[in-house]
Amino acid sequence: MTVDPPMNGTPVGAHRVARTLAPVRLPAQAASLFEEGFRLGLVAAHDDGDTLRVVYLFLAGAPDRRVELEITLPAADPQLHTLASLSFPASRFEREMHDLYGIVPIDHPLPHRLVRHAHWPAGWYPMRNEAGPPPPFTDTEAYPFLEVTGDGVYEIPVGPVHAGVIEPGHFRLSVVGESILKLKARLWFTHRGIEKLFEGLDATGAIHLAERISGDTSAAHGLAHSLAVEDALGIVMPEPAHRLRALVLELERLYNHAADLGALANDAGFSLANAHAQRIRERLLRINNATTGHRLLRGAISPGNVELLSLPDPLQLADLAADLAEVAQLTLGNTVVRDRFTGTSVLTRDQARDLGCLGYVARASGLATDARLDHPTVELPVSPITNPHGDVLARFTVRLEEYAASTRLLAHLISTADQLSFQVSPAEGAEGATVAEAQPTAVRSGVGIVEGWRGTIVHRIEVDPDGRLMRAKIVDPSWFNWPAIPVSLADTIVPDFPLTNKSFNLSYAGNDL
Amino acid sequence: MSALAVAAAALQVVGVLAGAPLVVGGMRQVRARLEGRAGGGIGQPWRDLRKQLRKQQITPSGTTVVFALAPAVVAGSTLLIAAIVPLIALGSPLDSAADLFGVVGLLFLGTVALTLAGIDTGTAFGGMGSSREITIAALVEPTILLAVFALSVPGGSANLAAIVAATANHPEQLVSPGSLLAFVALAIVIIAETGRLPVDNPSTHLELTMIHEAMILEYAGPKLALVEWASGMRLTVLLGLVANLFMPWGIAGSDPSFLAVLIGLVAITVKVVVLAGLLAAGEVFIAKLRLFRVPELLAGSFLLALLAVTASYFLGTPTS
Repeated sequence: MTVDPPMNGTPVGAHRVARTLAPVRLPAQAASLFEEGFRLGLVAAHDDGDTLRVVYLFLAGAPDRRVELEITLPAADPQLHTLASLSFPASRFEREMHDLYGIVPIDHPLPHRLVRHAHWPAGWYPMRNEAGPPPPFTDTEAYPFLEVTGDGVYEIPVGPVHAGVIEPGHFRLSVVGESILKLKARLWFTHRGIEKLFEGLDATGAIHLAERISGDTSAAHGLAHSLAVEDALGIVMPEPAHRLRALVLELERLYNHAADLGALANDAGFSLANAHAQRIRERLLRINNATTGHRLLRGAISPGNVELLSLPDPLQLADLAADLAEVAQLTLGNTVVRDRFTGTSVLTRDQARDLGCLGYVARASGLATDARLDHPTVELPVSPITNPHGDVLARFTVRLEEYAASTRLLAHLISTADQLSFQVSPAEGAEGATVAEAQPTAVRSGVGIVEGWRGTIVHRIEVDPDGRLMRAKIVDPSWFNWPAIPVSLADTIVPDFPLTNKSFNLSYAGNDL
Repeated sequence: MSALAVAAAALQVVGVLAGAPLVVGGMRQVRARLEGRAGGGIGQPWRDLRKQLRKQQITPSGTTVVFALAPAVVAGSTLLIAAIVPLIALGSPLDSAADLFGVVGLLFLGTVALTLAGIDTGTAFGGMGSSREITIAALVEPTILLAVFALSVPGGSANLAAIVAATANHPEQLVSPGSLLAFVALAIVIIAETGRLPVDNPSTHLELTMIHEAMILEYAGPKLALVEWASGMRLTVLLGLVANLFMPWGIAGSDPSFLAVLIGLVAITVKVVVLAGLLAAGEVFIAKLRLFRVPELLAGSFLLALLAVTASYFLGTPTS
C-alpha cells in the first residue's frame, strides 16, 4: 500500500494540509506520520447526516506542520480500524468517539466506556445530530473496575466528593499494606457537554464558552479558540497583537505556577510556604485585574481582538518572582519536604513519550515539548526547561524555573509593547488570505494551538457558510496527562498519592468537557 | 486528705475541660500569625464545639456499640488522667492510682477505643487510619513508659506525685543525662501521640494522608465534638504532665492552702501555654514526614528513652 509524503494534501489553514482517505488506508498513513515525528494532536468526529466524518489531526514542530487525515463512515454502521497499536492517545480518542458518536473501533484492546458512566443508556450517542434530550438514566450497562485479588489486597475508594474543595474524580486504589498496586482514575463526573454547547453559536461570539472550559486556563483556552476561529475565517492578526496575547498567557502561567508551588509544599504539611504562595498569587490576580479587567484574565482575548487596559509593571513582577523564589528555596531547604519530593512517583521519559504527555509533566520527564516553539504565532525568546528525573521534585523545579523564565519573557513583552488594543474584522483580515476567499460558501475549518500553563491546548472548529460553529473539538493537555498518574504511582505508598496528584495538577473540567 | 486537695483535683478536671479547646485554638492562632495569616481566633475551637454539639446525631448504618461508645471512652479515660496526674496539686484523692503505668494504660485505652471505632465503620479510610494509628501507638506507648520510668529512678517510685515531688526537691537532677534524654524522648512521643507534625497533620484535608482524622472520618455532630474535645484534652494533659515532670515549680503540695492551689493553677496554665506556644511555633518550620519514616523517628525516641533509663541507673545519684 502506498503512503503519501507527510505534507501532501489540500492546504486548509495555517501550516495545515488535509487528505481524505479510505478508512482502510488510515493505519498505514498514521504509522508513516508517527515515523516522521508527528504526534496525534486530536481526533474529532463529525455528524454530517448520512455519514460520520473523523478527522485525525497530526502535529509536528520545528517547522510547524499540521496534517489532517479525514475518513468518512456510514452513519448507520460506523466502524473504523483502531490505531491503538500505534498510539495510546489514539486508543482513548477512539473510546471517546465510541461513547459520544457510536463509532465502533475494530480490534480495540480495551473497548470499555470512557466518557459515559454506567447509568447512560446504551445506544444513545449525545453528540449525534438526532440525539435529542438525554433519556432517563438506567442501570443496564456494566462499567466495572478491574479487581485486584491476592492476600491482603484491599481497595480504597476515594471521591468523587473529596474532603477538600476540589474537582470531582473517583480514584480506586488497590493497595497491599500502604503500597499502591493499581490506581484507576474515573473521571467525567464534570462532563458538561461543552463541545455540544458550541454548536450553532456565532463563530466570533463563543469566546465566553471557551473561557469556561477550565476556569484556571481561561486565557489559554480562549486564545486557542480565537486562533482556531481566525484560522477558519482567514483573520490575520498583526504581530504586536500576538505579542500582547502572549503576555496575557504568561500572566496566567504565573498565577497558576505560584499557587501550585505553595500547594505542593502544603500537601507535604509545610503550610508556611503555602500561606506565602497564596499571598503572591493574590497580588498576581490583582495585576491580572489591572491588566485585563478580570482576575482570571477573561475578556482580553477574543477572535480578531485583543484588548488590554494597561501593562503590568515589570519591576513588580520581578519583585514577586524574587519573593516566590525565596519561598521555594525555603521549601526545598526543608529536608523533610525535600525527602517527600525526591524520588516520589517517577514518570520515566519513555513512559511520558508513549503516553503522549505534554506540558511540565513531559518536560519534568525530559521531553522538550513547548507549543510556543513548535507551533508559534510569533517568535518569542523561549527555551524549554526540562529535568530528566520525572519525580515530584522534578515537576516542582521545572515549574519553579518556568516561573522565573515567564517573568523574564513578560519583561521582554512589556518593554516591546506599544498599542494596547488590536481589532481585525474578518473582511479586512481576509485580504491576501487565499484560503477563505477561495471557498466562500464552503464549510471552513480552523485549528488553534496554544501552550497553556499545563501544556499544549489544541482546538479545532468548523464554521458553516453563515459563520456559525458546526463543531468545536477541544483537547486540554490534561486529556493526555491523566493516564500518566497511575503509571507514575508504581511503588508509591498511599499517603504520597495526594502529593503526586498535586504535582501533576491536571484539570478535571478540561478533561471531562 | 483535705477538702482543698479534693477541690484541687476537681479544678484540674474542670480546667482541662474548659482549657483544652483554648489550648488548641491558641496553637492554631500562633501558627496562623507566624505564617502571616489572620487566624480564626483562640475561641474558634469552642465555637466549633458549640456548633457540633447542637447538630443532630447521625450514626452510619452497620456500625455497632463500639463506634457509639468510643468517643465516651476516649473522653472518659482522658478526664480520668486529668484527675489523677499532678497538675495543680500533688495530693490528688486518686493519688494511689497516680502511677505511671496506670496513666499509660489509660492513654492506650483511649487510643484502642478509637482504632476499634475506625475499623467498626467498615470503610477503607477507617481501617487505614486505625492501622496507621496502632503502628504508631505500638512504638509510642513503650517509649512513654520507659521515659517516665527513667524519671522514676531517682525518686525511687513510679508514683507521679512522688516523681514530681522528688524533682521539686532536687532540681539539680534535671540536668542529668537521664533526665534530659527522657525529656527529648517524651517530647517526640507526645507529638506523635497527639497527632501533630511531623507525624500527623491535624489541619490536612487530604484523606489519604490522615492518621487520627481518618479514624474519626465517620463521626459527626455531638460525637465528633466529643472526639475532638477529647483529643484537645489529651494534648493539654500530656503537655501539663511534661511541664510538671521537668518544671515542677509552683505546684501545690499534698495538703495545700487555698493560695497554693491558686498559685498551682496559674503556674500550670502558664507552663502549658508556653509549651503549646513553643510546639505550635516549631510546627511552622517542619513538614510532615513520609509515613515510612515515622517509625524511624519513633524508634529513635525509644532508643533515647532506653538510654535515659540506663543513664539514670548508672549515673544517677540515689537521693533517698
